[in-house]
Amino acid sequence: MIRFTLLRFLQLIPVFLGATLLVYFLVFATPGNPIAALSGGKPMSPAVEAALTAQYNLDKPFWMQYLLYLKNLLSFDLGETFSGQPVSDVIGRAFPVTARLAIMALVFEAFFGIIFGVIAGLRKGKLFDSTVLIASLIVIAVPTFVLGFILQFVVGVKLAWAKPTVSPGAPWSDLILPALVLGLVSLAYVIRLTRTSVIENKNADYVRTATAKGLSRRRVVVVHIVRNSMIPVVTFLGADLGSLMGGAIVTEGIFNVPGVGNLLYLSILKGETPTVVAVVSVLVLVFVLANLVVDLLYAWLDPRIRYA
Amino acid sequence: MPENPTPEIIEPEGAAQRIRSGKVSTRKIEHYVARLEDTPLQDVDKVDESAVPLSMWAQAWRSLRKQPLFIISAILILLVIAVAVFPQLFTHTDPTSCTLSNARKGPAAGHPLGFTFQGCDIYARIIFGARASVLVGLFTTIFVVIIGGALGALAGYYGGWLDAVLARITDIFFALPLILGAIIIMQLPAFRDNKSIWTVIITLTIFGWPQLARITRGAVIEAKNSDYVMASRALGLSKFKTLVKHVVPNSLAPIIVIATISLGIYIVAEATLSFLGVGLPPSIMSWGNDIASAQISLRNNPAILMWPALALSVTVLSFIMLGDAVRDALDPKSRKG
Repeated sequence: MIRFTLLRFLQLIPVFLGATLLVYFLVFATPGNPIAALSGGKPMSPAVEAALTAQYNLDKPFWMQYLLYLKNLLSFDLGETFSGQPVSDVIGRAFPVTARLAIMALVFEAFFGIIFGVIAGLRKGKLFDSTVLIASLIVIAVPTFVLGFILQFVVGVKLAWAKPTVSPGAPWSDLILPALVLGLVSLAYVIRLTRTSVIENKNADYVRTATAKGLSRRRVVVVHIVRNSMIPVVTFLGADLGSLMGGAIVTEGIFNVPGVGNLLYLSILKGETPTVVAVVSVLVLVFVLANLVVDLLYAWLDPRIRYA
Repeated sequence: MPENPTPEIIEPEGAAQRIRSGKVSTRKIEHYVARLEDTPLQDVDKVDESAVPLSMWAQAWRSLRKQPLFIISAILILLVIAVAVFPQLFTHTDPTSCTLSNARKGPAAGHPLGFTFQGCDIYARIIFGARASVLVGLFTTIFVVIIGGALGALAGYYGGWLDAVLARITDIFFALPLILGAIIIMQLPAFRDNKSIWTVIITLTIFGWPQLARITRGAVIEAKNSDYVMASRALGLSKFKTLVKHVVPNSLAPIIVIATISLGIYIVAEATLSFLGVGLPPSIMSWGNDIASAQISLRNNPAILMWPALALSVTVLSFIMLGDAVRDALDPKSRKG
């Protein structure tokens, strides 16, 4: 198990390097001239321009910039934004908000997704099943920003059950509505995955054995059917944590959440290479680590898988 | 009470022989055999053995035709395509001639859905906005299937270093969420300064192909170990020709399903990018742009946002429903149940 963990960890390194390099390359090629943008497009003295260019390593060849960046990344020195704030501070303020949002969304989609999926799977073809299936299709088809606006308008403005936008500190209670919107599409996928998986497993031999040896229906469902049906669902949830944090751009925009998505979007528009690459690196890191955790969870969920 | 499965009595193998093993009767037993006309077995004999067996596609088509979900989604898709190709057939109002004095007015004669913030006819804008969505969805899917399908098939079939490289590349792309990567690409000077339908299509293709490559690779690996592939190789067909003539046609089912569903997802992605202001330029009429420009009047005039949102959602829903129906029809496991 330890060897497997280490091996999987080593496999993450090329993915992480590749993804950051790809992003660094794209962002590096992006802005026309970020230094000129600093002065608002007005002419700047050549000496100031040269000094600023040197400060952000923009005078060095691309691979040098990337290596310098990696070196700083590994020493947790993420550089400065163009306005002089340390990038680690900016991320440090935005990251907890998005993490809270993503975790709330994940808990929401895992809890309701698995419950609805299991009930629908056990009652395949019944009214509850068909209703859930159609509802999940609709949720998948309606874009997140439309869902966000509808919920913001109905729940936030018309019914006034929740604040339509999030207050500056982003307290937990304010984040409920945005988390709901963020998790809704994935909820539909979790329901469908769980349902399919339960249908596949409920007629398995071990379920019949469990029923035959006199276990209560509840125990058969919870221990034998649900646990065995969780494997694809756990994979999805692990991969989803990363996309939730990245996909928060739209939700954070609608509800004015001061999180990573907002930060990233604004930095891209301003052409702030260090901030963009730092934020995306953190997101990629979260994503690959979540996948690692998923791989390790497999061994617990499915004793048939033995990692030698 | 939950139903118990019908109990099945399974006799252990060998039990019958054990009882008979002591004394085996040698007496000849005569049985009454019913005439063919009297038995239910005649139905079995009625099966026309000379009939050509239906192919998987013909069988799928047969079960699809009976599915209401398929019929509804197919009709909706045909309607959306008709609107995209011939918008003039559906409205006589010019969507670009807007009168500010009509701004945010409700439905009026000849303008069934009312007016936008700029005083444009909402219905006409929805009709003319269909083209952008359909073009982006269709061409992105075509490119993704060509690129992802070809690379996935080659990697799955030949394996080796090609497979290893492709696996690493797809890993890298999977670590970047679609919208995130698309925003970064759309900010490249070459893309930012030439915003058009094609830049959106290229961007979505760049981030869409890895998923299809993975699906194709899996399907090809499953198909390449079949007996017919070995037979084709044994008969002397080259490795590449076997891939094209036998392996690829037999791996098409999951590709078609994923492509249909993805088409809907790409339409959503285009609308999201346009909504964020990095997708289609405002000069191109699209549902995403209209939704984006309607958000300022959401609180007082939600209808301006809801109509294009409804058009967008129904279109995407039809593609996803179609993919779902095709999956059910092509999956023999679900056909049994």
